[in-house]
Amino acid sequence: MAVPSVAVQRRPSILSRLAESRNSLGFGFMLPAAALLLVFLTYPLGLGVWLSFTDTRIGRPGIFIGIENYQYLWSDGVFWLSVFNTVLYTVSASILKFALGLWLALILNQNLPFKSFFRAVVLLPWVVPTVLSAIAFWWIYDSQFSILSWALQQMGLIDHRINFLGDPTNARASVIAANVWRGIPFVAITLLAGLQTIPQSLYEAATLDGASRWQLFRYVTLPLLTPIIAITMTFSVLFTFTDFQLIYVLTRGGPVNATHLMATLSFQRGIAGGQLGEGAAIAVAMIPFLLAAILFSYFGLQRRRWQQGGGD
Amino acid sequence: MKFTRRDVIRTTAGAAAGAVGGRFLSSSAFAQEGLKYKPEAGAKLRLLRWSPFVQGDEDQWLKNTKRFTEATGVEVRIDKESWEDIRPKAAVAANVGSGPDLMFVWFDDPHQYPDKLLDVTELGDYLGKKYGGWFDGPRQYATREGKFLGLPLATIGNAIVYRESWVKEAGFSEFPKDTAGFLELCKALKAKGHPAGFTHGHGVGDGNNYAHWLLWSHGGKMVDESGKVAINSPETLKAIQYAQELYKTFIPGTESWLDVNNNRAFLAGEVSVIANGISVYNTAKVNKDNDPKLAEIAKDMRTTNMPIGPVGKSVELFQVTTAVIFNYTPYPNAAKAYLQFMFEDPQMPDWITSSAAYCCQTLKTFENNPIWKADPNNAAYAKASATLRTNGYAGPLGYASAATMADYVLVDMFAKAVTGQATPQEAMEEAEKRANRYYRV
Repeated sequence: MAVPSVAVQRRPSILSRLAESRNSLGFGFMLPAAALLLVFLTYPLGLGVWLSFTDTRIGRPGIFIGIENYQYLWSDGVFWLSVFNTVLYTVSASILKFALGLWLALILNQNLPFKSFFRAVVLLPWVVPTVLSAIAFWWIYDSQFSILSWALQQMGLIDHRINFLGDPTNARASVIAANVWRGIPFVAITLLAGLQTIPQSLYEAATLDGASRWQLFRYVTLPLLTPIIAITMTFSVLFTFTDFQLIYVLTRGGPVNATHLMATLSFQRGIAGGQLGEGAAIAVAMIPFLLAAILFSYFGLQRRRWQQGGGD
Repeated sequence: MKFTRRDVIRTTAGAAAGAVGGRFLSSSAFAQEGLKYKPEAGAKLRLLRWSPFVQGDEDQWLKNTKRFTEATGVEVRIDKESWEDIRPKAAVAANVGSGPDLMFVWFDDPHQYPDKLLDVTELGDYLGKKYGGWFDGPRQYATREGKFLGLPLATIGNAIVYRESWVKEAGFSEFPKDTAGFLELCKALKAKGHPAGFTHGHGVGDGNNYAHWLLWSHGGKMVDESGKVAINSPETLKAIQYAQELYKTFIPGTESWLDVNNNRAFLAGEVSVIANGISVYNTAKVNKDNDPKLAEIAKDMRTTNMPIGPVGKSVELFQVTTAVIFNYTPYPNAAKAYLQFMFEDPQMPDWITSSAAYCCQTLKTFENNPIWKADPNNAAYAKASATLRTNGYAGPLGYASAATMADYVLVDMFAKAVTGQATPQEAMEEAEKRANRYYRV
């Protein structure tokens, strides 16, 4: 006679209950990422902010001095010059990168022969390490050996070499041009990806309604591309605002600090000069600008009504 | 990496010399030579040094290191960084307490983190007594409150490098010795289409060397003996006015020059007079067989010390490098033994010889090294350690002097005035304000 089996009701273990819980599982999956962010982002950022309120120097722990570093910076002409340079550099380079990048993306979105080849070539400036392209620009802008000066002289357009990096205005324009050259591919390729997500049927419908090419761009392309533009330009602005390598290789902030950005000045004061607290204060002073750029992008460029073709 | 036949021969010769040296310097023999420190069992060292400007420097340093390894069994790994990157690397190592055991640092670096460096006073005193004493300038960079924070390794001399034929063409039979004559020469050279070129840009070495020479030769100084900022003075004003006149004789663009620009312009025949280490001459000499134009320039190159200004004596900054041991090293005795070995005779004089006049001795006994007479152009660099003036003269070395130099306060002061962005008075007042921030007034 078969013995009837008795189902033994066992309580599930804590582990299996956790594994089945949606909340705990989600928390568990988030944990590694959160730990990485805490260790590599929050801690350094927090440490930087803390250092900016201390008089820490290389090799010597500092003490809390309140806002003294910021007070010093407030009255420091070189710091304000670096703020001006950084804003000018970021705004000019970002506008140029956006205009040229969008233009390039629109061209690459057409049915061109060797389309894939051109798309790959456009990425080259982005692929080359910044320091290498900076060295190339260093030669291009050399006061004695510039190929641009040489070419223009050969063509009879100028009678003396251009002082690219020696004159403050020229130097600012030169470093902005180098940054634009390097940054265009990122904008162009990202916007190209955005362009390809726009359904062809919308263009067809608009064409049937008699829309001109400009109207197609203004009322179809631009509104649908705006979310991608917002993200792309946010990143582009952040990359440009925090640029370091180009300036460090090309000018080290010269001539007479005309190209010093906040990032390069922070390094110069904090590491080379040993004033870690002051260097950190300069770096922290960049945060409000970066936050403003992000907020503008999210709350300005991503307005739904505008994206849908409406006015303000 | 490209290997030439010459490289192979040199490497083989080096290895052979190392093997011979190793046998010669057995452990006991080394002990008899006066090794003061017994390396820890299993010790391994890592040295971070600046990339050499003269290949002979690196070759000989490696050769000497090999001999040390064969004599003691202590392996030494040697890494290189561009000389301008040494300062940030050393700063990080000092701050985080991790990195190379030994490092060749620059200028006032040891004074920025004295607590992080191993006290090598015993070794410094021993070497000083044995080899005729240390030259005062390099010793000041390496010592603080009477203690050696490191060993003064070398002074990288800086001198006028010029084209003799062009100086003669300008009507000067010999190079002027004073600043007034120098200005007249540069004017004459410019008139003949051979401008001068001195760095007004953020070149750590050349920019600072030139700016300090301008200031000190006219009697100006950044701070007084007590560390009070004294840059705003009639002497500084004269220095700036002199710089303005001299700048008119320069090739355009010197305000953007970094350390390498003057070398390039000179070797391309673009400028007639620059200030530089012997490396520019060595470059021309080494490459003259491959380039007839360089051969002609090398033949025409001459060196001399910077002209003497109203102060009546030679006063220059120069780059000084100090060998330090970080106190986090697990092998302090091995590190000290290594430095002792490298500073002893014959290693140190051999290294100075091989450095081809780029590195000037810091120990007085070695000043008669044959390298200084091996080529007439070497002589201008022979006394660099004896004549240098320390950064932040006449004040103490430390955080403030290092930060003031790192922020290019002096370089910018001259650059701003010579380019017309500020009057001499304004430039001087701005430099005073910036220096005061570091000297905390």
